[in-house]
Amino acid sequence: MKFGVVVFPGSNCEMDCYHVIDKVLREEVDYVWHQETDVSRYDCLVLPGGFSYGDYLRCGAIARFSPVMEAVADYARGGGLVIGICNGFQILLEAGLLPGAMLRNTCLHFICRFVDLRVENASTPWTNAAEAGQVLRIPIAHNEGNYTVDAGTLRELQEQGRIILRYCAPDGTVSEESNPNGAMDNIAGICNEGFNVFGLMPHPERASEAVLGSTDGMVIWESVMAHYRGRG
Amino acid sequence: MAELYEELGLTEGEYRDIVRLLGREPNKVELGMYSLMWSEHCSYKSSRAVLAQLPTRASYVLQGPGENAGVIDIGGGLAVAFKMESHNHPSAVEPYQGAATGIGGIVRDIFTMGARPIACLDPLRFGDPASPRTRYLFGGVIAGIAGYGNCLGIPTVGGDIYFDPCYEENILVNVMCIGIMSKESLIRGQATGVGNAVVLLGNRTGRDGIGGASILASQEFDEKSQEKRPSVQVGDPFTEKLLIEACLELLEKKLLLGLQDLGAAGISCACSETAARGGVGMRIDLEKVPLREEMEPFEIMISESQERMLAIVEPRNLEEVLGVCGKWGLSAVVIGEVTEGDALKIYWHGEKVVDVPASTLASGPVYDRPAERPDYLDEVQSFDPSTLRHPEDLSQTLLRLAGGPNLCSRRMVWERYDHMVQLNTVVYPGSDAAVLRIKGTSKALAVSCDGNSRYVYLDPYLGTQIAVAESARNVVASGGVPMAFTNCLNFGNPEKPGIFWQFREAVRGMADAARYLELPVVSGNVSFYNESFGAAIYPTPVIGMVGLIGNAAHRMDIAFPQEGLAVALLGETLDELGGSEYLWLVHGMAAGRPPRLDLRLEKGAQTTCIEGIRRGIILSAHDCSEGGVAVALMECCCAGGVGARLEVDTELKPVSWLFSESQSRFVVTLREEGLPTLRELAKARNVQLEVLGRTGGDRLVINDWIDLEVAEMDRVREEALERIMRG
Repeated sequence: MKFGVVVFPGSNCEMDCYHVIDKVLREEVDYVWHQETDVSRYDCLVLPGGFSYGDYLRCGAIARFSPVMEAVADYARGGGLVIGICNGFQILLEAGLLPGAMLRNTCLHFICRFVDLRVENASTPWTNAAEAGQVLRIPIAHNEGNYTVDAGTLRELQEQGRIILRYCAPDGTVSEESNPNGAMDNIAGICNEGFNVFGLMPHPERASEAVLGSTDGMVIWESVMAHYRGRG
Repeated sequence: MAELYEELGLTEGEYRDIVRLLGREPNKVELGMYSLMWSEHCSYKSSRAVLAQLPTRASYVLQGPGENAGVIDIGGGLAVAFKMESHNHPSAVEPYQGAATGIGGIVRDIFTMGARPIACLDPLRFGDPASPRTRYLFGGVIAGIAGYGNCLGIPTVGGDIYFDPCYEENILVNVMCIGIMSKESLIRGQATGVGNAVVLLGNRTGRDGIGGASILASQEFDEKSQEKRPSVQVGDPFTEKLLIEACLELLEKKLLLGLQDLGAAGISCACSETAARGGVGMRIDLEKVPLREEMEPFEIMISESQERMLAIVEPRNLEEVLGVCGKWGLSAVVIGEVTEGDALKIYWHGEKVVDVPASTLASGPVYDRPAERPDYLDEVQSFDPSTLRHPEDLSQTLLRLAGGPNLCSRRMVWERYDHMVQLNTVVYPGSDAAVLRIKGTSKALAVSCDGNSRYVYLDPYLGTQIAVAESARNVVASGGVPMAFTNCLNFGNPEKPGIFWQFREAVRGMADAARYLELPVVSGNVSFYNESFGAAIYPTPVIGMVGLIGNAAHRMDIAFPQEGLAVALLGETLDELGGSEYLWLVHGMAAGRPPRLDLRLEKGAQTTCIEGIRRGIILSAHDCSEGGVAVALMECCCAGGVGARLEVDTELKPVSWLFSESQSRFVVTLREEGLPTLRELAKARNVQLEVLGRTGGDRLVINDWIDLEVAEMDRVREEALERIMRG
């Protein structure tokens, strides 16, 4: 399986994603510079975390105009697998590949820590290796993760099982106390209608090696690999 | 000119020296350059002679002081670059930008050496936590560090925070960065090869930070300090991130001969230092410098606009260099060339505006300042803590310490920093040292920043020795062998004999401890004039220690790992409440003598601990420092979520045993069967080993002195800082 990790000026988790794909998953991986216009050779695209263009405007608002984003949009429309992590999620929102927008965290500052996430839908390309209701421990690191969307779309997301991950307590209870950033309905990760585009605020690449304190992020990588190989 | 030199901060004698060196009167631009390069901040004119006694060599030191950062060899073809710096005055005037640009500066120092920055640590000192000013500065500094560092994708993994009224007006923001590289990527900030191009990379030059080094960093604060806000630079972390990637790509492709960041004194400093280090001259055409606004030559030369680098490039590589910069969207402009001789000649539209020997700028005057032991020492040292009435409820006293501003949890701070990016952080902030694995190897680095300035105030020589010893101890407790350190020496006005005496004694203490513990000093920074309204801060040397863990599996943290383990104390507890946090928090006193330090015992305790860790006997380790063994034990319990039941047999008063800050001690846990070996290891080094009891349960119980629920201690520790900062 061949991954492409898209690099925007200001991305800063691209090397982490590359490392995990290359050294932990032992799959093929390339960096894709933001000015490239052909991404058809990849089986999965990763939009990594960071501060594209410094996030000086709304997060992801400038990156969506990078030449590569048109190719990413075509790739996604054709059913290609795209995962946006943190800033990558924000870019997918700005590009309209996923619905909704990000506000600042309700605490008004950056938060970097492990959180618990409940897998709400375990039959997607990104979560098929999990059990529904399984709790994953994966870090977040962001200033704008307070997901918001209009009521109609929220209902659609809920009804279509497109809310993939929600912030929860260690026992899986979803409540206001377990919501680190104020995200609507405790949303941590969502998919598009075709489930081939996945955006999430937590960083699975930071929880893919035991030495880093958790391997729960592997559930995401293993799922997409299983899906690709037709077992998902 | 006479009025101008004074305004620029030069003395009459210095002005006469400049005239003598040039054989003529300097013009305004030249004088501006000398005023900056000869400022205390850039020239180290008061400190250089004293710093000469520091040991700087070891077989593994690749680069000692004098360059942008120190570099050590960690084997396997890899090297580590690190340095600490201050950004005190800018942060006191404008906390967010002051702290942010402090990060920017220290990070540039690291990748300038050819290393990829892998972590930052920030030792911070604030005033009275109850004052609104402290809360404003605290919030701004933390936000500035987070705003800049998080954007760069460099994890902030440690540092320390102390509150003391002595920092009320003059806070300290010290910043340390550490980077990793292959040995052959090491590059220096020097210009070589006549005819080679001098290329300016990065941001455009503007009027921000004009005169930062001389106006802000080399004068005391007074009522006019707020007017200095325009002297603080404004940070642009996005451009810095691009600079990091572009410079590392240029170095990897071997396209650069020399690289120098532009920090204090801007183009003046970068050009004169690179030329002087390379023993060459330089011609600069100043009109080629990309500007944000219309500026005079004088302003361009001294502007401290951030995120700029100076590179020395062979003409044949020029096109490729400009191509790489273009790819990263960075401006790169040839502004001059390397010339024969040692003259720095600056032209403005063809007209020569500067013609001075580069070496005279780069090596300023050296002063041997008068030093005199200050009077306060007799008074504070004569205080005898045994005369005090101690509180009866020791559990409540421990809780008070746990929730006090200096000992409570710093989680609310480090959770605002991205401390995980780059996937190297394997021991998080909140332990003794941060541990960073080195990918592709079995090794890891342990890094710690330390400096208890109350000890240094009470005894500058001993206090600084303790800072070195404690920093090494923190690295050891994390499983590392200390290798080398950097430092930031924050002091008052060196023109005052009492202050200079403190400085001299502190450096002597640092040198003696470093020599005994065989730890070279590879880089550092001196920050003088930390005074406001005539009152100096406590003398505050801060140590940044780097150690190597040969096998990352041997990394340690402080948490009690499980129930049923033996809890042991390595080292001896004495009746030493002088200078302690207990004395400060409970009795409001900063007095007495700091705890003794026997370097032989220190080394013994450290090698016992490291040997115990290497043999797999020790399962957790924690250095005993502020708050004594009681606070150390509490922290071990809280970190692991496991209690302990301990019986202490001592002739000391309970309060002394619990809260004395005796040095050279570790709290360790181990299995019963490991005890005989650890006893032997300790005995061979004359180190005391006392088994205190066992881990287990959900309470910390020590004799009939302390009985507290772990959950309660944890709540008090964790909630304190947030509560204090809410006011």
